[in-house]
Amino acid sequence: MAFSIPIVIKVFSRHCEISDLTEHQWNLLISQARKAMLLAELYYLAEQQQILKTIPITIYRHLKSAQVHSEKQQNDLACELFHLIKVSKNLGYRLVLLKGAAYSATGLKAARGRIFSDIDVLVSYEKITITEAELMLNGWASSKKDAYDQQYYRKWMHEIPAMQHMFRGSIIDLHHNILPRTVKACPNAKLLLANIVDIDGYKGLCVLDFVDQIIHSATHLFYDGELEHGCRDLIDLYNLLTQYLNNGNSINSLVERSNELGLQKPVFYALRYVYIILGFYVEADIFTKFNSNTPSKLIMPIMDFLFIRALMPDHISCNDSWTELARWVLYIRSHWLRMPIYQLIPHLFRKSYKRITSKEKY
Amino acid sequence: MSNKKVDIYNELTTSGLIVKVGVFKYRICSPLPILGNSISVLYADYELSEYNDCSGFVDFHVLVKGIGGCFSALSRKAQFFVDDQAPFNALPKQHAPAIIEWGMNWCISSQINSHLIVHAAVIEKNGKAAVLPAPPGSGKSTLTASLIQEGWRLLSDELTIIRLDNYYVSPNPRPVSLKNESIDVIKDKYPNVVFGPISTDTSKGNVCHIKPPKLSVINQHIESPITWVIFPKYQYQSKTYLTEYNKAKALMDIAENSFNYSRLGRQGFIALRNVVDNARCYQFQYSDLDEAIETFDSLGS
Repeated sequence: MAFSIPIVIKVFSRHCEISDLTEHQWNLLISQARKAMLLAELYYLAEQQQILKTIPITIYRHLKSAQVHSEKQQNDLACELFHLIKVSKNLGYRLVLLKGAAYSATGLKAARGRIFSDIDVLVSYEKITITEAELMLNGWASSKKDAYDQQYYRKWMHEIPAMQHMFRGSIIDLHHNILPRTVKACPNAKLLLANIVDIDGYKGLCVLDFVDQIIHSATHLFYDGELEHGCRDLIDLYNLLTQYLNNGNSINSLVERSNELGLQKPVFYALRYVYIILGFYVEADIFTKFNSNTPSKLIMPIMDFLFIRALMPDHISCNDSWTELARWVLYIRSHWLRMPIYQLIPHLFRKSYKRITSKEKY
Repeated sequence: MSNKKVDIYNELTTSGLIVKVGVFKYRICSPLPILGNSISVLYADYELSEYNDCSGFVDFHVLVKGIGGCFSALSRKAQFFVDDQAPFNALPKQHAPAIIEWGMNWCISSQINSHLIVHAAVIEKNGKAAVLPAPPGSGKSTLTASLIQEGWRLLSDELTIIRLDNYYVSPNPRPVSLKNESIDVIKDKYPNVVFGPISTDTSKGNVCHIKPPKLSVINQHIESPITWVIFPKYQYQSKTYLTEYNKAKALMDIAENSFNYSRLGRQGFIALRNVVDNARCYQFQYSDLDEAIETFDSLGS
């Protein structure tokens, strides 16, 4: 099946040099990057290659604009983290930052150019209630008022409904695990919490061990049904993996850790698609080191067909006639993975009923 | 100008029509005939060209089309897209001329942080620019529409784009939007003004755009320093008052009317500080347009 790789992917996988682009190619690149929320990332890529000054001013303007916006977001995030330091002090225990907030607080390259929609925080299951109460005392209130939603989150999910700050508007997602409790592969959160690392300059806040951050990123991407930002997430993984190797770690230990946590499948897919799509080189025999739970060889061509389409930017120029179907199948798959059928059907039934009676709007 | 041979309707429905406004280039695509009408009337004086491999870099790729996929021709609603995303809800198709103008403003106000962008009209005479920041309903557009018929050059009626290095205004002259009663006021006062198609019953009432003066379009590359910041307010049956306004308050008021002041952080503050330091700041209340024009003409003396 012929599938042409979009220019934005070619640029990030270094199959195409920014300095060689014609203005006509830039048209598509800026448009795709903007839709995929990669415009600021593109600025930093050009900066790293020291070619910002060679980019025509009309184009540079757009990259710079995205970088200014992303920098403002980083500043806002840093400000919110100082409020969380206070929360942690009152609670007397540490709060674990996940994903974007973690990358930013520890200065990882994957933090560059990000747009943050919320701050993800992890505590142990027993501490959820008291942490939630302390967040409420500090101005964060639950945004879901509906009793069914509240019960659904608390009973089945790995997080409680998002809490939004009444005055500043910042949103916190409070987690006790990285996958819903209904998922077969749901890891033991104690294993993750056992290896957390303090952050310099943010007393009381910490992050998952680097290898666990990568596994979390992969898990998030390959269990989530909403793949509109899948391309951005895959580039995050690429950046995380590159830095992980540069710090002297090996892919072997990543695979070993995924075996320990029982999260082989998302790590398998992550390594497969950063290689296929972005050209992140991994030795072929690494895939034999997973001890179980890897997808069967028979299903691989199908998964490739689906993921290679769904992980492209959600831009009309990156779609072929199968893209929409691929996204839909993966959306169904994610629900299938997240909930056993006897729970999923009543849940979807309830949701549809509420949507029909328009008690809920999307 | 260069656009004698461009077939506007054809370009809009095929590869796209390129319109250059100030420092930005738009590529407009639309299958809607009403949009062709409005563009051929309002944008007649602009540099127009067809989009192709040699068009160079285009800032915003915009599309206005009916909703409903393959049934879009039958749909009664139209939606604005830029870079394959739809920032607004679909609106009745007959509002397409207003939808595209709002959308083109949105492209700049939401995505450009290389300049300070203020929600304000800006006009120029003798190389000196007057910025008119004001919330909707203050009569800013009516005042602007009149002044540009009286020898002032239109830099923008909606978005004042301020450079961050020398604090000059970068012109962005586009059709001026008039609402409700203002449409007849301008029609009566200036019978030669060219109006685009009217969009009735929009969320803002009746909206109609007027063609900008040809000189404003031809001179759209000429930037101007800000000499006055004037906060206009239309007040029924009021006399005309022009009163000096506190500069610190002016700064805060412009910041409030700005789209990206907080995004720009320190740079935004430095820019505004320079603007108010170097400009005379006024509050302006009026009801009579002739007196208003007279007041503006006496500013320089």
